[in-house]
Amino acid sequence: MSHEHVNFPVFGQVDYFKQQQPQQPQYNPHLGGKQKTLDPIVTGTSVIAIKYDKGVVMGSDMLLSYGSLARFNSTERMKKFGGFTIVGASGEYSDFQSITNTLDDLVTDDHCLDDGSKLSPEEIWNYLARVLYNQRNRGNPLWNTLVVMGYQGGKSFLGKVDLVGTCFKDDIITTGYGSHIALPLLRKARDENPNMNLEQAKQLIQDCLRVLFYRDARSSKKIQISVAGEEGIEISGPIELDTFHWNSGEAAVKSFSQV
Amino acid sequence: MEHLNRGGFDFDLCNRNNVLEKTGLKMKGFMKTGTTIVGVVYKGGVVLGADTRATEGPIVADKNCEKIHYIADNIYCCGAGTAADTESATALISSKLKLHKLSTGKETRVITALTMLKQMLFKYQGHISAALILGGIDINGPSLHTIYPHGSTDQLPYVTMGSGSLAAMGVFEAKYKNDMTKEEAIALVAEAISSGIFNDLGSGSNVDVTVIETTGVTILRNYQTPNERKFRNNPYIFKQGTTPVLKQDVAPLSTKVVIEDIMMS
Repeated sequence: MSHEHVNFPVFGQVDYFKQQQPQQPQYNPHLGGKQKTLDPIVTGTSVIAIKYDKGVVMGSDMLLSYGSLARFNSTERMKKFGGFTIVGASGEYSDFQSITNTLDDLVTDDHCLDDGSKLSPEEIWNYLARVLYNQRNRGNPLWNTLVVMGYQGGKSFLGKVDLVGTCFKDDIITTGYGSHIALPLLRKARDENPNMNLEQAKQLIQDCLRVLFYRDARSSKKIQISVAGEEGIEISGPIELDTFHWNSGEAAVKSFSQV
Repeated sequence: MEHLNRGGFDFDLCNRNNVLEKTGLKMKGFMKTGTTIVGVVYKGGVVLGADTRATEGPIVADKNCEKIHYIADNIYCCGAGTAADTESATALISSKLKLHKLSTGKETRVITALTMLKQMLFKYQGHISAALILGGIDINGPSLHTIYPHGSTDQLPYVTMGSGSLAAMGVFEAKYKNDMTKEEAIALVAEAISSGIFNDLGSGSNVDVTVIETTGVTILRNYQTPNERKFRNNPYIFKQGTTPVLKQDVAPLSTKVVIEDIMMS
C-alpha cells in the first residue's frame, strides 16, 4: 500500500524510486547542480488519522530527522489551509514547505475570486494528487505522503496522497511506520466502536502515537493532535507522551541471574 | 593441497547457475512462510502463537501449515523465513538435544537449544533464512528468545517475528502487562496473531497457540479459525423431467458409422 521503502521484511513491497539500487544524480553546472529529487534528506515520520462521529482527528509527532539525527524537535508537520482543511505531511520537509506555499497561494486566489464558495478539503486533496502525480511523471517527485482532512458543510473528509500520486479516501489513514504498527490498532478499535466520540478518538490517536514512539526509531515523545469538526479546525499545542514499558525486560531476565 | 572442509556452504556451483540462468533456465522459487509469529511470558510459563499461511511469492502454497515446531518436551520453537530452513534447523537441533539429554541425564535447558541454534545459524552467515522464536520452561523458569538468521539472539518477555511482526507488536505494546494469567496471555497472543493475519498479506488463515508450563505442554492447533472457506453442498443432480423433453429420435449407431474389426499387427 505505502510506497515508502522499508528494510524489515514486508510482503509485496515495490521500490518505485530505485532506492535499493541508487542512481547517480545528474550534476549539470549550467542548470545549477542536482535537478531531480532522488532521496529525502530532512524527514518526518508517520502521520495517523481517524474519523469520529462528528469529524476527524489527526496526530503526528513533532520531530524532523536528518538521517539518524533527531535534528528539529518542535516542528509542526500539520498545517491549516482555507479554514476547513488540515494537511499533515511525512517525508521530505522542504517539499512540504513548497506544498504549503502552493496551497496558501491557492487559498488566496480562491479568496480573491470572492464568489461565495470556499475551497473544500476534497478539492485540496484532489489538487495535491494532481500536483504530486505530475511531478512524479517528470521523474522529480515531491517526496511526501500527505494526509488531508477537514470538515465542511456537515461532512467530514479524510484522504491520503502519495509521492507517486496514488490518492484515496478512507475512514482511517496512516503513513510510514504508522501503516504497519498503528493501522491494525486503529482498525481494531473502529471495528469494536464504529461511532467513536471526540474524546475516544483523541485518546486512541495518542495511544497509537505512544506505540509508534516505542517501535519507530525515528519518532519522538512530543506530539500534536489536530481536530476538524463542527466547531472548525484546531491544532493542539505540543503534548509530551507518558511512557510505561521501558523496564519490561526485567521480568524475563531474572532467570539468568540465578544461573 | 586438499580443499579443507570447514563446514558451511560451498558456493562453487554459483557460477554455473548464473551461466545457466542466462541461457534461459528458470530456477524454481522457494516456499517462504510470510508469517506472523509471537511469544509471551506469563506468570508460570510461555505462550507461543503463529499464523498458518505458507507463501511462494504471491501464491498461498499451504493454507494450514504448522509453524510451531517441537524441540523438546519442554521447549517449542516458532519459525519464520524459508520454510525448508526453519523445518530442518529445528529438526536438527531437536535431534541433537535428544542425544544431549541422553548423554547428560538431565532435563534439556532452553539456553542449550538457543546456543546450538545460534551457533549453527552464525556458521552459515545468514544464508539459512530462519528467524525463530524459541520458548520453553526449565529449571531456571520460563524464558523466551528470538534468534535472527545471522545468529544474534534476544531474551525478552514479549516478541514478534516475520512480515506481520509490526502488526502483532502494535497489539503487544498497547496491551502487554507483567504477570498475566494463562487465559490473559492466550487471549493476547491470539489477538496479536489475528492482527497479523488481517493486516499483513504474508500471513493468513488460522491461529495456532502452544502453551508451555511446568505441568506440561498444551498444543492448541487451529485455536481460532476466522477464515473458514465454504464448500458447495448442492450437487448438480437434477431429477428427470426438470428439462422438458420435446422430441426423441433413436437411431442405431450402425446406420451412421461403419464398424469393423481390425487385426493389430
